[in-house]
Formats: sequence, C-alpha cells, structure tokens
Amino acid sequence: MTSGLLDGPFGDAVLTEPAGVPRGRAMLERAEWAARAFARYDAATVDRILSAAAAAGAAHADEFARRAVEETGFGVAEHKRLKNLACSTGLLEAYAGHDFVSVRVDHEAKIVEIPRPAGVVLALTPSTNPVATVYFKILLALMTRNAVVVCPHPLARSVCADAARIMAEAAVAAGAPDGCVQWVDEPSVPLLNALMSDERTDVVVATGGVQVVRAAYRSGNPAIGVGPGNVPVLVDATADLAAAARRIVDSKSFDNSVLCTNESVLVVEEACADTLVTALRRAGAHLLTEDERDRVRDLLFPGGVFDTSCVGRDAVTLAGRAGVRVPAGTRVLLAPFDLVVPEEPLAREKLCPVLGLVRVPTVRSGIDTARAVLRISGAGHSAAVHSTDPATILAFGAAVRVLRVSVNTGASLGGSGLETNLAPTMTIGTGFFGRSSVGENLEPRHLVNHTRLAWNADPGVGMPDVAAATGSAWAPPTGPVPAYPHASNTAEAADVLRAAVAGAAAAPREPVTAESADLREEVRRMVVAELRRIVEG
Amino acid sequence: MTDSTGAAGAGEQVSAAAEQLGFSSKADVLAKSQEFWNPGKTRFWMGTGVDLVIDRREGYYLYDMSGRRLIDVHLNGGTYNLGHRNPEVVRAVTAAMGHFDIGNHHFPSMARTALAEALVRSAPPGLTKVVYGSGGGEAIDIALKTARHVTKKRKIVSIIKAYHGHTGLAVATGDERFSELFLADRPEEFPHVPFNDLAAMEEALRGRDVAAVIMETIPATYGFPLPEPGYLEAVKALCEQYDALYIADEVQTGLMRTGELWGITKHGIAPDILVTGKGISGGMYPIAAVLLSERCAGWLTEDGFGHISTFGGAELGCIAALKALEICSRPETRSMVHYISDAVGRGLRDIQDTYPDWFVGIRQNGVVMGLEFDHPQGATYVMRRLYEGGVWAIFSTLDPRVLQYKPGILLSADQCEELLMRTATAIGRARDDAARDGWRGGSPARRTTAVPAAAAVPPAASGVSADADGAFVTTRNGRRVPVRTTVPVRKAVTR
Repeated sequence: MTSGLLDGPFGDAVLTEPAGVPRGRAMLERAEWAARAFARYDAATVDRILSAAAAAGAAHADEFARRAVEETGFGVAEHKRLKNLACSTGLLEAYAGHDFVSVRVDHEAKIVEIPRPAGVVLALTPSTNPVATVYFKILLALMTRNAVVVCPHPLARSVCADAARIMAEAAVAAGAPDGCVQWVDEPSVPLLNALMSDERTDVVVATGGVQVVRAAYRSGNPAIGVGPGNVPVLVDATADLAAAARRIVDSKSFDNSVLCTNESVLVVEEACADTLVTALRRAGAHLLTEDERDRVRDLLFPGGVFDTSCVGRDAVTLAGRAGVRVPAGTRVLLAPFDLVVPEEPLAREKLCPVLGLVRVPTVRSGIDTARAVLRISGAGHSAAVHSTDPATILAFGAAVRVLRVSVNTGASLGGSGLETNLAPTMTIGTGFFGRSSVGENLEPRHLVNHTRLAWNADPGVGMPDVAAATGSAWAPPTGPVPAYPHASNTAEAADVLRAAVAGAAAAPREPVTAESADLREEVRRMVVAELRRIVEG
Repeated sequence: MTDSTGAAGAGEQVSAAAEQLGFSSKADVLAKSQEFWNPGKTRFWMGTGVDLVIDRREGYYLYDMSGRRLIDVHLNGGTYNLGHRNPEVVRAVTAAMGHFDIGNHHFPSMARTALAEALVRSAPPGLTKVVYGSGGGEAIDIALKTARHVTKKRKIVSIIKAYHGHTGLAVATGDERFSELFLADRPEEFPHVPFNDLAAMEEALRGRDVAAVIMETIPATYGFPLPEPGYLEAVKALCEQYDALYIADEVQTGLMRTGELWGITKHGIAPDILVTGKGISGGMYPIAAVLLSERCAGWLTEDGFGHISTFGGAELGCIAALKALEICSRPETRSMVHYISDAVGRGLRDIQDTYPDWFVGIRQNGVVMGLEFDHPQGATYVMRRLYEGGVWAIFSTLDPRVLQYKPGILLSADQCEELLMRTATAIGRARDDAARDGWRGGSPARRTTAVPAAAAVPPAASGVSADADGAFVTTRNGRRVPVRTTVPVRKAVTR
C-alpha cells in the first residue's frame, strides 16, 4: 500500500513539479540520444564540427557582445567582443593539435587509452560573462564529443539562447548529431535544480554564485563547480611599479571587472605605496578620499550587502551614483582602508571597478593580508603578485590559499589563461581550498574519461601491435544523425518504380482514355517527385 | 514475488490495488474474469501461454500480477505512446479534476474549444473544425456520416483487411470476421479493395457513387504493410477525380509515430477528414477527434446537434489530449522519435542478418513497425517468446505472420538497447520452436522491406487470419503451439 496519492518513482511530486521541468527533462533525454551517437564520431569529423561552431561564434562575437551589455547592463562591449573571440576561434587555436577523440597506445606501459565522453553536460552560465561562457562550454563539449544543455543565467537568457542556437545550427550543419547542443529558454531556480539532479545529467559544470555551485554539488550528480573569486594582488618594492600600475588598471577595468579573476584588494608594501598610487592615478585610477570611500562603500554595500546593480558598471557611473566627482576617463576607483577583516565590506569581492587598497609594512604582512582576503571569500580561486624577487613570489604562492597566481600580469586575463599560458577558460577550478572537484582552469580533458586497456605487465607476456586497429574505433557519420525516418520500402521500391515508370512511358498496356491519361500523368508526376525526394533525401 | 507462471494460489502476495478490488490471487482474477467478463478472451490468452493480468504500470513497463516486468511495445496501437501513466498527463488530469468533469456536451466549453484550436493548428492544411467522439470507432462513424452528408452518396471504400473500429459504420469498413459476427456487414455500401492496388481503387471509384475512401495511413491490424511510394498520393488524386472524399485514419499513425506529428503529411496529402484517437487520450482519459475541412464541416453550422455524444469531448479527456498533443509536438520529442526509429531499425536489421530465413521482413515508418516471419503464425511464436523474455508485443490480428512492434516515442537509449537484446533472443528461440514444429524455412533467404500487394497475400494466410484468436495443441514437451490451419477453430479453445 502506498501512502501518497500516486505511486511509482515520481510519487506526489508529479503534482507539484515546477513549470518548464518536463520540457527540460525532454531536452536531457534528447541530449542523451545525441551523446550516444556523438561518442562514436571520429576525430576528423569532430574537428570539422568544432571549426564550424567556432566560426559561427566568432562571426557573432561583436553583435552578441553588444547585446549582452544591453541585456544585462554589465561590462564593456568591446571587451566582451574580445572574450567572445577568445572563447570561439581563440579556443580553437589554443587547442589546435589536441585530440580528445583518438585512441592512444602506450607500448611501453602496455596500456591503450580510449577516450569516453561524459555524455550529457549541463552547463550553467553566469550573467557576468554570458556569451563567452556559453561559447566556451559548448566548444569544450564538442571537442570531447559530449552533448550539452546550456542553462543560462536569467538576466542574460535571450543573448545566451541565441549564442547557443547559432553554434548548435553550425555544428549540426557540419554533421553533429541533432540535439547535441541545446539551451533552456526560460531558466529558473526550480528548473535548474530539477535538471541538475536528473539522472540523465552526466556532469554539471556550474559557473556562478556560491549558491548555484553548492546546489550543483548537492545534486547527487558529478559536478564541476567553481566558486567565487576575491583576488588579492600584492605589489612589493622590487616591482616595476609603472608597469604594475598599468597592468592593474587595465585588468581591473577590463569588462568593468566582471571576470571573477579581477583584482579585488590591492596590497602594497609601504615603501613603494606612494609611487605606486601615483602611477595608478596616471594609468586612470582615482584615489578616493576617506569621505568618498565611505560613500562608495555605502553605494556598493548598502546595509552591508552587495548591491548587484553595481556589477559591471564603469567607474564614472559608480562615482556619479555615489556622488563623487572624478575626472572624465577615470577607469578605476581606489578605495583605501586599513584592515582586511570580515566586517570591512570593501575587503569582499566587488564585480565592478572599485579596488580596495591596503598598505602593509612588509612583504610578510602583505602575504598575511592576502591570506586574510581569501579567508573572507575566494579561497582556491586566484591571486596576483607584482615583484621581481623570486623569493617573494614563491613565498606568496606557497602561502595564499589559491590555485593560480598571475605574476607580473593583470589578474583578469592572467588567471583565465588569456594573457598567460594557463588553459584559457571561463571556468576557474577552485579545488579543495574552494570546495570544488577541479583545481585547474576547466579544460576539455575534464569532460572526458578514458577506458584503459591494460596488458599484463610481465615482460614475458607480449602485447600485439594494436595501433592499426585504433582507427576503427570511431567512424564518421554516414548521413544526418539521426537518419530521417523514411518508410522502409521507399529506397527499395525506388528501383522498381524507376523501371515501372520507364516501362509505362514506353508501352501503355491499356487503351488510354483522355481521363485516365490525365490521371496516369498525374501519378507519374507524383512518382517522379517521390523518387526525387528519395534520391535527394 | 511469485514465479513467472503467475499460477500461485492462496497465500500469494497481491498488490494494494488487487486487495482493494477484493482479489486474493491471479488465479482468482482469471476465474472471475471468465465467469463475469469475457470467457473467450480470458481463455484465449491463458491458452497461448500469455498469462498476463496487468497490475502496476509505469512508463513503458507493465507488471504482471506476479510482479514480472514487461517492456510494452504493443502500446494498444499508440494509446500508450507517451508511456503508461505519463507523469505530465497524470498531473494535468489530476489537477483538472479539481475543476472540471466530463462537462455538458451541449454547451461551448473552454477545454473542448482549446483542444479544437490546438488540433486545427497542428493539422495538415485545410482542416478547420473538430468534432469529438468518446473513442476511435465513434470518431470514424462521425467521419463516415460526414462524408455521406457532404457528398449525398452512401458508398464508403476501404481496403481489404482494413480496421477502423467496431461501431456501426466503422465495423462495415473492416474485415468480415467482425462485421458478419453481428450481421453488420453491408458489402453493397462498403466495397473493399486490395491495398496498394490502384487499378482496383480506380475501378471502385469510377462510378462516381462513392462518398469517401477511408485509409489508415499504414494499416495496423493488417501488420503494417507499407503503402507503395506514390500509392496514397494516387488514391487522393483518384478521390479528387471521382469526387470522393479522402479520410485519413491517423489513429495509429498520428501523434509523431512516423516521426512527423501526422503520418499523412509525409505523403504531402491534405485529407478532407482526419481521424485521431488512442494516443490523443494520453492513455488516461478516453477521447477521439475528427478534423474536418471547411467543406465537410457544413453540418456543424446547418445542425450543430447533428451528432450528439454525451462523453464525446469529455472535458477531462480534452485536458489529457491537450497535454498529449503538447508533448508530441515538442521538437525534443520529434528528435527522439528519429533517434529511436534509427536505433531500433538498425538493431532489427542486425537481428535479421542473423535469422534471414525466418525473420524475412521489416516494415518500418518511424516507430510504426511490422516484423514479418516466414510462417503463417510466425508472429504468434515470436510473441510468446518475447513474453517469456520480458517484452509484450502482439501479432497482427489480420495477418499473424507479422508482429506489431511499436516502441514508445519517449523510449530511452538504454531501453532501446535492452529491448533489442531481448528481441534478438526471442526471435531466435521462436525460430527453434517453429523448426521443432516442422518449419523448414520454405522461403529463400531474403531481406525485404517491400510491401506485398494485398493480392500477393497467400490465401492460406488470409484463412488463418480468420482464426487469429488461434488454436493450439500441446506438443510432447508440453509447449502449446499454434495449429496451422485454414479452418476456423475458435471453438477448440473455448472449450
């Protein structure tokens, strides 16, 4: 006897399922079919699909950059255009020559590795870097022969849907399986939760706020979730201060600080602080007075809580809102404060061009301060250091609880691998420090497992030459995937009909009346049309 | 759990549902079923070894009272297209029960109007009005009555072995087995012509005294023989030439089963009348519908009370149908049907390569499939082995060489793989069974997807079809196997 109204696995939950969930589940089911087919594709076809999707993304980089700014109000269109290019054709270049498809043979170890895609990737994308992240996750999925369902942040849903659509269309036109790229048009929290915990989801790749990321991990499905950043940047007296200042301002103002790798709190050694501030001002930063600082703090953190309407706004706009007069062309607001403690809002992540400024007496105390920034939030994420002293740089790297440190370069594009040789990414793994399963920049290999064929290690036991057989593991599709369901007799009947049509035209067997001649002609035309459809279809 | 024979008696654990209905065991149900319900049907299935009393049902799974699970590829002609107790349909109907009931069929209604609009928008061009029935048979009768009204002619042409239901007019379009039983055959008004035979069709229409031709887009109960390319199109052209209407019976081919919402659109035909039933109910609340062209819809203006049906278009049914139509119309569903059709088609061809002399044909259009075996009762052999192996598929009543094999349109990739594996095993075992009973693989090995013209169906097969309820003998090893005979022997099993 069941206790609820409805028995079976769905139970009474059937009656309370939020809107959009059934459709979302249908997407996952379709994605599963696509993933099955895709997992058998060969490397050359995958390359072709990838190039087509990336080219489509690049072709729309500018349009979608502008639309993203319009839709979300965040960021700088020109910078978004650069990111869109970096995450489309740029990503392709970065992974040129990499192959996540082919079977690899290690004769020495007597191990053969067969790439096995995850299957269905549920990709959660943020409002701050909407299109670039959509591009990034789709291309990663395509590189590794995964199907992907994009679930964009509601604030950016329209442009993200179009971004996913153009890549999907290009991919399918290049031979990808139908439904290998899908997107949710009407994202919502209940829908997201349902999709994350659905058994058809093979891995959740979550980029977004803490709550979304924690929910991904709670879903019961494998998840790659990445936490928020709160990036400390240390400048010591040995640094090239002019260059450091320029790089920090460029990075902090890039896309109005919406990259989660952007600098949050600048920690500077007292001995060089004044020089650095002068250089920062020359580069476009405005040093706030104590009164101005308080007004900006109140603007950003009314009642101590971050006001998301400040995300991605430019420095002049923010200053105006705070009632602070700044020179035209100001790119960054420098907000000095004394102590990095949890009750200081300016020590938290600020996804806008307001940079905390803390002076410290020594490098040692600077490192401690950087650790304090990361105690508040951003553990496992990113930091930066500007110094020419290897000891300082190493001490900093060994002490701060992050997994990537940009050295003598801006943190925004450094940590995300666009200005360093880290893997270019829109998704930063925060590792064990940040309660994440991945500690590196997300890259294609995170979406693929390998079946390892392992021979007996005993040197006496031989291993055949399997290299020749590896090519047959995967194959290009023979037509559209899936094939259109033509009636099974159409192909075979085509031959018969061809003969029949030819025969009928040559020798009508019965006396022909005008009426039946018309009908015959009509039938003949239909048959010919049908044949053409079969032959061309 | 009891053993798979379901023969457990006292002390058997039964489901809560069985308990509520007062049954102590499966044997109890079977006994009372014979006493109070339908002894012929009950005994027929007991005699075939398909000892099924469906208890729980969930998605594409049926559970016998014994607890044994079966994958359902019978789906009652697409009634369970979306699976049993599809959660979305259940939710829609359950929620609707808080507000609606069957409704008052005389009055305009929100639910009936909303469904009518949705159906018209989904339909091939030219269909503009909707009439409701409580089931497919009634809907066919409405279609035939409409055709007679519009053309002022009485004759209805259907194909030999057609199946359009068992109501007054519908039954006359079908096989004599069902019409003669109740003295409902009317050959003068309901001429039957062979399928795929255009000359015969033209002959039937030439007198210009035919109101309509009614065609299943693929004749289901006849084992899904496929229309030859151009056949349906030519029939439609003949209808136009001889002033007869074309009625598309889409009860089994509609609702995405062919990979398009309505199978007839794959032929580019705009029918004068389209009939839908079965799957449109979502498997939850009976309803059927007739879609009419503007020309055919005249009587709805002339006399809107011309056809009255208390349960036709019951509002709860409309809610179920709206949901079923919505699910079927999703782009995801269409894509999945194409994947399923592709995967199952490939899998079946692989099985055919293993048993080319036995498994001689695959008739497939989307997930509408007929599997053809080289034996007059081939599908009965396979049906029984499938049942043993956890799959429920039914032979074609009017051509038992052919197994109706109808995967659901939302079947998962894993379910397809499992289904194919079970099917391969069952087909092989059925072949061994037939061989033990003397089958020697008479036909040359062939892989055919061609449609036998009706004329090509051997008389023996037609004769056997008349006893589709079957007759069985017990062999030495205790198995029951069908008797191959052309003599009606229904009495033999209703002993």
